[in-house]
Amino acid sequence: MNSENLTGLEKLLREGPQPINLGLRGFGEALRHQGVQVIHVEWSPPPPEVRDLEDLLDKLLL
Amino acid sequence: MARICRIHKARYLDSVFLMEVTRRLQAEPGITQGAVVMGTPANLKLLLSLGFPEQDLKEAGPDDLVVAGEGEPQALQKALTKVESWLSGERRGEAQAPKTLIQALALNPKANLAVISLPGRYAGKEARRALERGLNVFLFSSNVPLEEEVALKRLAQEKGLIVMGPDCGTAIIAGVGIGFANAVRRGPVGVVAASGTGAQEFTTLMHKAGLGISHVIGVGSHDLSDAVGGISTLCALAALEADPGTQAITLIAKPPSSTVLGLLRERMNKLSKPVVACFLGLIPPEIARALGGRLALTLDEAVVKTLGVLGAPCPSFLASYEASPARLARTQRPPLAPSQRYVRGLFAGGTFCYQAQLLFHWAGIPFRSNAPLLPQYALPDPWRSEGHALVDLGDEAFTEGRAHPMIDPTLRYERILQEAEDPEVAVLLLDFILGHNASVDPVGELLPALAKAQEKVTQRGGHLAVVASVCGVEGDAQGYGSQVEKLRAVGAHVLPTQAQAAGLALSLTQGRHEQ
Repeated sequence: MNSENLTGLEKLLREGPQPINLGLRGFGEALRHQGVQVIHVEWSPPPPEVRDLEDLLDKLLL
Repeated sequence: MARICRIHKARYLDSVFLMEVTRRLQAEPGITQGAVVMGTPANLKLLLSLGFPEQDLKEAGPDDLVVAGEGEPQALQKALTKVESWLSGERRGEAQAPKTLIQALALNPKANLAVISLPGRYAGKEARRALERGLNVFLFSSNVPLEEEVALKRLAQEKGLIVMGPDCGTAIIAGVGIGFANAVRRGPVGVVAASGTGAQEFTTLMHKAGLGISHVIGVGSHDLSDAVGGISTLCALAALEADPGTQAITLIAKPPSSTVLGLLRERMNKLSKPVVACFLGLIPPEIARALGGRLALTLDEAVVKTLGVLGAPCPSFLASYEASPARLARTQRPPLAPSQRYVRGLFAGGTFCYQAQLLFHWAGIPFRSNAPLLPQYALPDPWRSEGHALVDLGDEAFTEGRAHPMIDPTLRYERILQEAEDPEVAVLLLDFILGHNASVDPVGELLPALAKAQEKVTQRGGHLAVVASVCGVEGDAQGYGSQVEKLRAVGAHVLPTQAQAAGLALSLTQGRHEQ
């Protein structure tokens, strides 16, 4: 099958994961140990004013 | 003695890293108590119970980091300075690292998977962001509301993506283990799993049987509920059907609702590849009728049936999997004292606790559990065993404010010692889970507790039998063989599968509970 016709999930299975890790640092490290290029996000909770704006945007988008 | 609490507002660090910092703080000289935790209600409750004053904690919220210590004043100041340096050491690595998913995507626009293990109240939003940008999602976080799960999964479905989770512990994609997974070889078997430890047991047994795994797609524990309608499971089945490396598919979950069963059966009937459905639970007759020979009732049976549909030989350790524990029990006669009658199962894997309950239930042996198969089996106090007790130590009642027993052995260590105090205990039934992200030496960490417990029971004139299973393969960092050897060195019976271990524990006490 032409890879352009594959869904995003099918491509993931075919090509293997290229992950972005948010949360437990160990999950990213375990992926790196398996030879996978992983990007770890140094995530922190959004400030309350940003959170309110995000909530509003989410409601508009839903 | 001094007590100090410091609150760092809006500073997030993950629970596993903080567990390590807490351990290091507690090991500092002159420190009597210490904890470095996020200010969640459960953690604040824990700090209050340790005697830290409410006044010092009132400003802390779930997004804030709390550093709390108790000890000799000078030693405490010194230790807390060290904690700051450990924490800022962590921060040094943050300078160039992306702070958001969007920034990370700029660094790798080809990223195709977001692995999310943030607190539940933020996880859903980040998952949505990932899906909107074309990424599949592995969502380890729990406490994501059901309606949010449904919305995320519908969005994924529209976009041809998948949400693995929430509450998804295990996936293997093209040979890469994500979350808690083992170093199994690649091969023709695709797995769709609503149970992380169920997937780990199945894949490691399949590896030991000589076959391999194409992919394990986790779906989260609620996917086959009426509310979610099996959205991720159906997407996963379709993707494995299209995957050229997959020749057979095994589904591992608790029994679905009748509505979802209808959807599943329709999809399964259309698949060109053979499917085995392992539904761990009490199977309604409609499911048994609908699935016929494709239904497996235990993880061992799922492996045997999957090997069968592929025409692969069944290895001896599985060939007589139902009869071998009883046969073994006839040859093993532990010198139990008359009062010793009961099995105490202390599990790190929730599915292992559940599977053990099924075996006891089918054998007609009454038991208690904190995560009961049926309401009548409920253990009134999860902290105290009675009769045959099968305890899931990964249950929320135990993990509030601490890491899961697959990572942190403390709780199981203490519980083993507690069980040894009970003259009715005959058998300790234990599971050990190896692989990525699990404890570096799960058996070694518990050996001192097992030795103390055995000594205690021997001093009373009895014998404490230890029956165990080790879920893992030789290629796991912990090494399957060395973990098994450590257990055998203390006289434990180590069975090749968890179902067989539960069967042996049951057989060793057969008849004794009626005395």
